[in-house]
Amino acid sequence: MSKAKALQVNANRPKGKTLGARVLEHWQLYLLLLIPVVLTIIYKYIPMYGIQIAFRDYKPSRGFTGSQWVGWEWFNRLFTAPTFGRMIRNTVLLSLFSLLWSFPVPIILALAINQLRFKRYKRVVQTVLYAPHFISIMVVCGMIRIFLSPNGGLINLLLGTSIDFLSESSAFRTIYILSGIWQEAGWGTIIYLATLSTVDPGLYEAARIDGASLFQRIRNIDLPALVPMIVLQLIMSAGSLMSVGFEKVMLLQTDLNKATSDVIAVYVYEQGIVNAKYSYSTAVGLFNTVINIVLLIVVNKIAKKAADVSFV
Amino acid sequence: MRKNKLTGLSDKVSDILLVVMCTLIMLVVAYPLYYVLIASISDPYDVYAGKTFLFPSQFTLKGYTSVFADQRIFSGYMNSVKYTVVGTIFSVAMVYITAYPLSCRSLPGRKWISLFFIVTMYFGGGLVPTYLVVKETGLLNNMWALFLPGGVAMGNVIIVRNFFENSIPHELMEAAEIDGASHMTVFLRIVVPLSRSIMAVMVVFSMVAYWNDWFTALIYLKGDQAPLPLVLRNILIRSEVSASQSSTISGGYAELNKVTEMIKFASIIVAAAPMLIVYPFVQKYFEQGFMSGAVKG
Repeated sequence: MSKAKALQVNANRPKGKTLGARVLEHWQLYLLLLIPVVLTIIYKYIPMYGIQIAFRDYKPSRGFTGSQWVGWEWFNRLFTAPTFGRMIRNTVLLSLFSLLWSFPVPIILALAINQLRFKRYKRVVQTVLYAPHFISIMVVCGMIRIFLSPNGGLINLLLGTSIDFLSESSAFRTIYILSGIWQEAGWGTIIYLATLSTVDPGLYEAARIDGASLFQRIRNIDLPALVPMIVLQLIMSAGSLMSVGFEKVMLLQTDLNKATSDVIAVYVYEQGIVNAKYSYSTAVGLFNTVINIVLLIVVNKIAKKAADVSFV
Repeated sequence: MRKNKLTGLSDKVSDILLVVMCTLIMLVVAYPLYYVLIASISDPYDVYAGKTFLFPSQFTLKGYTSVFADQRIFSGYMNSVKYTVVGTIFSVAMVYITAYPLSCRSLPGRKWISLFFIVTMYFGGGLVPTYLVVKETGLLNNMWALFLPGGVAMGNVIIVRNFFENSIPHELMEAAEIDGASHMTVFLRIVVPLSRSIMAVMVVFSMVAYWNDWFTALIYLKGDQAPLPLVLRNILIRSEVSASQSSTISGGYAELNKVTEMIKFASIIVAAAPMLIVYPFVQKYFEQGFMSGAVKG
C-alpha cells in the first residue's frame, strides 16, 4: 500500500472523531435498520410487555396495562387444573425421549456421510436425506395418518395387522419421535458436516499412513472435532425442552391418544385462541417459558463444567 | 481399546460397507415419498389392498384431475403462491437490510443493536400477547399478518451477516469508500451482487417457510384466505369431503369415496413437489451458510 493511500485509509478510520460525527457518517445504515427495528419493537417487544396480562384480568377495551390486577390467580388455576399433571408429564417425557432418540442420529449420519469418498454419491445421499425437511409438517402428518390407517395403511399392510395406531396412546410418542427422525435427522447433519469440513485433510492422510482403520479415524479425528458443536447443540436443545413440536402434536392428536399427546403448548392454543381466555393462556405460556429458561441456564452450567473436564 | 474389531478390515471393505449403509438409509428415507407417489397414480382400492408396494396399479391420473378441479385446493394453491412470493421478497429484503448494517464494524452502537435483535430469538411474548398486538394493529384477516409479526428472521440475519463479514473482501469495500461511495452504494453495488449464493439460500429458506406455513394463517386469516397446507388439513387430517366435490361426482358413494382417497395422495404430491424441486439447486451452499452462521452465532 502506498503512503498516500495509507494516509487516506487512516483518514477514513473513525478514530479521533466525536460520537456524533461517527453516527452522522453512518446515517444511511441507521435508516436501513429503521423498518426492522420498528417491526421488532411492535411485534416482539410490545408482546413481551403484554405478558403482564398473565397477572391481570385482560379486557380488550382496557388494554395491557389498564386491566385489573389479579396476581397469581391464573397460575393457581393452572396448578389446580385436572389435566395439569398429565400435561407436564407428557410435555417433559415427549421432549426428553425425543431428545434422547433424535439427538445422536444426525451425528452418526454426518460421521458416515463425511467419510464417503465418491463426491457425486455423497451429494445424492445428502439430497435424499435433506428432502423430508422441505415438506410441510401438515403434509407429513397427513402421510403419517394415511400410513397408520387401520384400513389398508402401509404399516398395517406390512405388519399384516389392522391396528388404529393413532387411537393408541401408547404408540403416540413412538410415532412422533420416529417421524421426527425421518423428517429432520438428515437436515440436522448439515451443522456437523460443516464442522467436519474444517478438519485438516492432512490428519486423515497421516492416520491412514499409520494404519488407522476407518473406524479409528472417525473415533480419533472426527469425533473430537465435533465435541464442541455437539455440546452447543445439546445446550440449545435443552433450552427448548418444554417447547415440543406443537403443530405436529396438534395434527396427530386424537381424542383417544390424549393420555400421552396432551401437552402444554396445545393447551395454550386451545385456551387462548379457541376459547379466547387471553390472560389464562398467557399465564400458561409464561409458565412454560420460565421452565425453559431455567433449564437452559442449568444445562449451560453443567455443560460448561463437563466440557471443561473433557477438554483437559 | 487400541485393538478393535475393524482394525483388520481394509479401507476398501469399510468403504463398501459405508456405501451399503448409506444406500439403505437413503431407501428408508425416500420410500414413504415414493409410496405416496405411486399411490397417487394408482387405483385406491389396490393401494389399500397392498398391491402398490413397488409399482403403480391400474394407472390413473384421476387423483390429479380431481385435485385441480377442487375449488378449495385451487384457491389454497393460489393463496400459497401469493403468500410465498410476497413473503419471500419481504423476508429476504428484511434480512439483508438488517444484516448489512450489523456487519459494519465501525457502526456506533452495533453491539447494542445486535443484542436488541438477538434477545427476540430467545424470549418472546408468546402466542396470545402476540395475537393481541396483531389484532390491535389491524392485521387480522390481512395477508401481512403472515409476514410482519415474524419481524426479522434472526437466524437468517446471523448467517447473512457472517457471510458479509467473512466472505466479501474488505479491501473492495474500503476501496469503494475511499473513492467516495456511500454505504448505500457499497451495499447495492458490491455487497448485494457479491452475495448471490447466500441470497439464493435465503430465498429458498423463506420460500419453504411460507409455502409450508399454516398455523399463522389458521390464527390470523379467515377461511377463504387459507393457504394450501391449511386446506389440506381438512382433507388429510379431518378427511372432509367438500360439497362441490360430492355434487360433481356421479357414480354414487363408492366412487366418491374412491376420489376422496385419490385426492389425499395427489394433494400430498402437489403440495410437496415445488419445494422438493427447488432445494437441490442451492444445496451446495447450505453447508457454507451454516458454517459461517456457526462460527460466531
